[in-house]
Amino acid sequence: MLIRIKGARIIDPPHMDAKKDIIIKDHLIHALVDPEYKDTEPDIQIIDAAGKILVPGLIDIHVHLREPGQEYKETIETGLAAAARGGFSAVCCMPNTNPVNDNSQVTQFIIQRGREVGLSRVYPVGAITQGLKGETLAEIHDMKQAGIVAVTDDGKPVENSNLMRRALEYCRGLNIPVFVHAEDTCLADGGSMNEGPSSTFWGIKGIPNAAESVMVVRDIALAELTDAPVHFCHISTRESIEAIRQAKKRGAKITCETAPHYFTLTDEDVKDYDTHFKMNPPLRSEDDRQAVIEGLCDGTIDLIASDHAPHSVVEKDVEFDRAAFGIVGLETSLSLSLKLVHDGNLTLAELIHKMAKQPANLLGIHNDIKEGNRADLTLIDPDHEYVIDPSAFASKSRNTPFAGMKVKGNAFLTMVGGKIVYQSDEQGLRG
Amino acid sequence: MRFEKKDILDIESLEPWEISMILDTAQGMKEISERPVKKVPTLRGKTIVLFFQEPSTRTKLSFDAAAKRLSADTHSISAGTSSIVKGETLIDTAKNLEAMKPDVIVLRHPSSGAPHLIAKRVKASVINAGDGIHAHPSQALLDMMSVREKKGKIAGLKISIIGDISHSRVARSDITGFSKMGATVSICAPGTMIPKGIEKLGCTVSPNMEACIEGSDVVMMLRIQKERQGSILFPTEREYSTLFGLNRDRLKLAQKDVLVMHPGPMNRGVEISSDVADSDCSIILEQVTNGVALRMALFYLVAGGSRHVDSH
Repeated sequence: MLIRIKGARIIDPPHMDAKKDIIIKDHLIHALVDPEYKDTEPDIQIIDAAGKILVPGLIDIHVHLREPGQEYKETIETGLAAAARGGFSAVCCMPNTNPVNDNSQVTQFIIQRGREVGLSRVYPVGAITQGLKGETLAEIHDMKQAGIVAVTDDGKPVENSNLMRRALEYCRGLNIPVFVHAEDTCLADGGSMNEGPSSTFWGIKGIPNAAESVMVVRDIALAELTDAPVHFCHISTRESIEAIRQAKKRGAKITCETAPHYFTLTDEDVKDYDTHFKMNPPLRSEDDRQAVIEGLCDGTIDLIASDHAPHSVVEKDVEFDRAAFGIVGLETSLSLSLKLVHDGNLTLAELIHKMAKQPANLLGIHNDIKEGNRADLTLIDPDHEYVIDPSAFASKSRNTPFAGMKVKGNAFLTMVGGKIVYQSDEQGLRG
Repeated sequence: MRFEKKDILDIESLEPWEISMILDTAQGMKEISERPVKKVPTLRGKTIVLFFQEPSTRTKLSFDAAAKRLSADTHSISAGTSSIVKGETLIDTAKNLEAMKPDVIVLRHPSSGAPHLIAKRVKASVINAGDGIHAHPSQALLDMMSVREKKGKIAGLKISIIGDISHSRVARSDITGFSKMGATVSICAPGTMIPKGIEKLGCTVSPNMEACIEGSDVVMMLRIQKERQGSILFPTEREYSTLFGLNRDRLKLAQKDVLVMHPGPMNRGVEISSDVADSDCSIILEQVTNGVALRMALFYLVAGGSRHVDSH
């Protein structure tokens, strides 16, 4: 069976931007041909992609799939369906499940379930410490053998600086990336939103910017001490971004991500105790939002990840200070990020670099659009305007602050290993 | 104008004319408590639930007395006796209360925004009796009533508020209320107790207590809430008292006819000296008396007054 994607503009940063058709055969990219090329095979499936952008499969490296243990919030199946719908051909899932992904059995279970589901790919991320307790290292090599692509204690920091140092040294030897949740929990002090005039107005305990940047500065120092790479998750403050910018100039092996909500919303948007606006780190000030956009523009922020964190109404339909942190993001991330292009902050190629290529570089995956590579591809409709409707989500959870927001551009089709795992109905595409 | 508000959630959501109407109504209610038979039939047949998820003595008693003087039936639920301890969510508890058809739910809760959460879900009027560190509207209203009663006005007065502003819902509601009614509000506290951006609520932050009190018409002291904080906000009560305690000498900096207020309960010898608390300029006990009248006014306006039953 052959598939020909016809009429798209192919963008594969940093080099390719061309009008080409692509032919897929046996899970692989078989050929890139000129639009005039005449098919010789009789049973070729044609996908009309005129006006669409074809890019390497997008990768969201920061997703909580909740399985095993919290299947009422999300399962590997519903989470991967949400990924496919959002245009992501692969996701990295965080280890804070129950049981924690701190051993090879859990890693194998996740990979096995992902294969059975057969939608987007799942790359598990293992825990740094056993049980995420911040006390002893997990069996990282064993998990790597089972298939983890990185380690993190995401959800909380490794508070013990010496343990963090040893973790970086250990992982450097294993050649596995360390993702850092940067938070000084003493400074965060049980707060529920950004510390500022808004938190004072609503009487909600605040989390200062320094709760993040203090840990970013610490872990830059540890990265430089150990000569090990460090990747910072969900960066939200000007101070963190400035510290990372300077560290990169010095040559430290630092990368970082931000999430769409940090360049879309601010703490002024937190209103009427709506817990859909509660996440960690919290929505920051307008100045921080601008700094995030600047960081994306000048390359300080390497990539965009959604921090997809599904929660049910049980965790969200409660008092603000008792509500769980986190919002779903897989099905809104691309549309919100495309606004950076529509607003002229990033070129389309720069955005794709941050949503497809940089994540692949970090994980050591090859998703270039070239003959012989796996056919992991995303077709983007850059002009489709629509209103975000959580009831249409493939995710099990609906905890998004973006309900009712008008956005422009989204995924038109997602392909994983030559198989179409999502295609838009509403836009009239029929394969 | 008619009072149309279903709920009393915070001062921010009240217009100045609504505040004036509440204070006028409360002034009229005050006389009922002076009668030999302290009861009128105004809210006969109305049901008021006092739902207190935090310890309270005076506020709860004050709401209870206010309801009974208007002949409403009251039912009281507290943290230990509610199903919340059995794991029921606040919304479910509120919906269950609603199913028993109360007219008003008075809620005190340790989480900011809890009354706002249930007000959207129930038909009954919700009165916030203190939520977390957010708001305590009935306290601010009775404070405004007490000042207006003594001074004949609020606009143009200089109000000083001293104490733990960060953790005080009374302070937030008073700052908002007094500034809304035209007073000038200045606050003073250790740096650890001044929240970011508090000026946006309508006050200035004084560098020290003397500067704060100077020329004040009203000095309001806040209780140092021991149960809310660890030891990292101030070293000792002794040192706190030295820097921020109200005593005779400091009070001399204020206007001659200054009013001294305190929402209670007081820590004598810490934020306020006994001689000041018991002096002629203190209206601390009158605040308590006015509290009953003010809460009668709130019940009347949301459950029996011009808002009336047709909205149900």
